Amino acid sequence: MAQVSSIAEEQASTPLSPSKSVTLRIARFNPEHDSERKFMEFTIPYKKWTTVLDIILEVKKYFDHSVAVRYSCRQATCGSCGMKINGKPMLACFTKITELDSDVITVEPMNNFPIIRDLAVRFERLFESHHKIKPYLIRDDSEITSNEKEFLQSPKEVEQYIQFANCIKCGLCNSACPTMATDSSFVGPQALAQAYRYVADSRDKGKNSRLKIIDESHGIWRCHFAGSCSQVCPKGVDPAMGIQLLRGYLLGFRS
Amino acid sequence: MEHRDENKEGIGGMINPRRYGIERVAYLLMRLSGLGLLAYFIGHIYETSLILKGEVGWSEFLELTQTTEGHVLLAIVIAMCVFHTVNGIRVMLGEGGVGVGKPARPDYPYIPASQNVKHKIGIYSAIVLAAIAMLYGLGVMFGE
Ligand code: SF4
Ligand code: FES
Repeated sequence: MAQVSSIAEEQASTPLSPSKSVTLRIARFNPEHDSERKFMEFTIPYKKWTTVLDIILEVKKYFDHSVAVRYSCRQATCGSCGMKINGKPMLACFTKITELDSDVITVEPMNNFPIIRDLAVRFERLFESHHKIKPYLIRDDSEITSNEKEFLQSPKEVEQYIQFANCIKCGLCNSACPTMATDSSFVGPQALAQAYRYVADSRDKGKNSRLKIIDESHGIWRCHFAGSCSQVCPKGVDPAMGIQLLRGYLLGFRS
Repeated sequence: MEHRDENKEGIGGMINPRRYGIERVAYLLMRLSGLGLLAYFIGHIYETSLILKGEVGWSEFLELTQTTEGHVLLAIVIAMCVFHTVNGIRVMLGEGGVGVGKPARPDYPYIPASQNVKHKIGIYSAIVLAAIAMLYGLGVMFGE
């Protein structure tokens, strides 16, 4: 109990008036009636641990509640809060002001996604592409009908795909991809990485059907290994690796 | 179907080399050198076709390469050719799954294994070799 109260005292003694402020520029745009994007500026105090999402919510709370932003978990798990922060796609809840090393923070909606309003974008295309590659185990039997009860895997087999199962569908990779920047039909790094995730899973038997889906003109061959997807991924998925390994199957380097 | 602006970054975003490290610079240089070599190839076919007009037409066109501008242009072609070849080998190996790392349980801060030092060395080597070849070419052409 004594320990609890000392923690409470310590928290209460944290200085409430922060010493630093940052200028937050928020892109405002409603495609239904605006012809161009405008920026609103706010000066917001911050502390060592304040995130970009925190200051956006501060604006909503005290200055302008109409700013549209999508978020939920606040811990890089739901994949909702992707946006362009100082020119690069990042998760707002996972980006601290201090790590940006700038007195001005500009937040804009992610590129390569249609804008709903302000910072909120539509995810239909990402989900359609994700669905297209059949993101589930394909095999004739199931854990319910099989005699084995469950499909066992060795730790080594799990290692083959577990990294790719980390994907939270935030779309940052699709936003950074140079092919997505110009090609409206490209399946995108998120879905391709997920195709690899299932192809590499020893329980899955759908490799050929999945490879067939991505082996088309706006499929895997549009990736030019620029690697930007992997550089922005907040979960260590490394889509660029998955895509090149996947291409290895199609080129006959892997079986 | 309703037309919806996809907010695509467009060509400006595609060719912006400043945000995603040397890999994105290599991506841009690869595209530019590819287009440059294609243009040179078309010019080269045209030039060789001039032989049909006899030796005079052929020689007249060749004289263009003996000017200062011609030398500079050829030096740029040499650089593009070397960069495109060396970086092309790197990209081809990578796209076959060679040297892109092995899947593993990711740990914070999540350094992507595919963006590894081997590929960075490949990119810098392509740039340095292209520069050396270009300087050598300039030395030979202007030293005549
Ligand atoms: S691969 Fe990474 S960046 Fe792309 S959607 Fe998944 S978690 Fe987000
Ligand atoms: S709010 Fe869930 S990932 Fe940022």
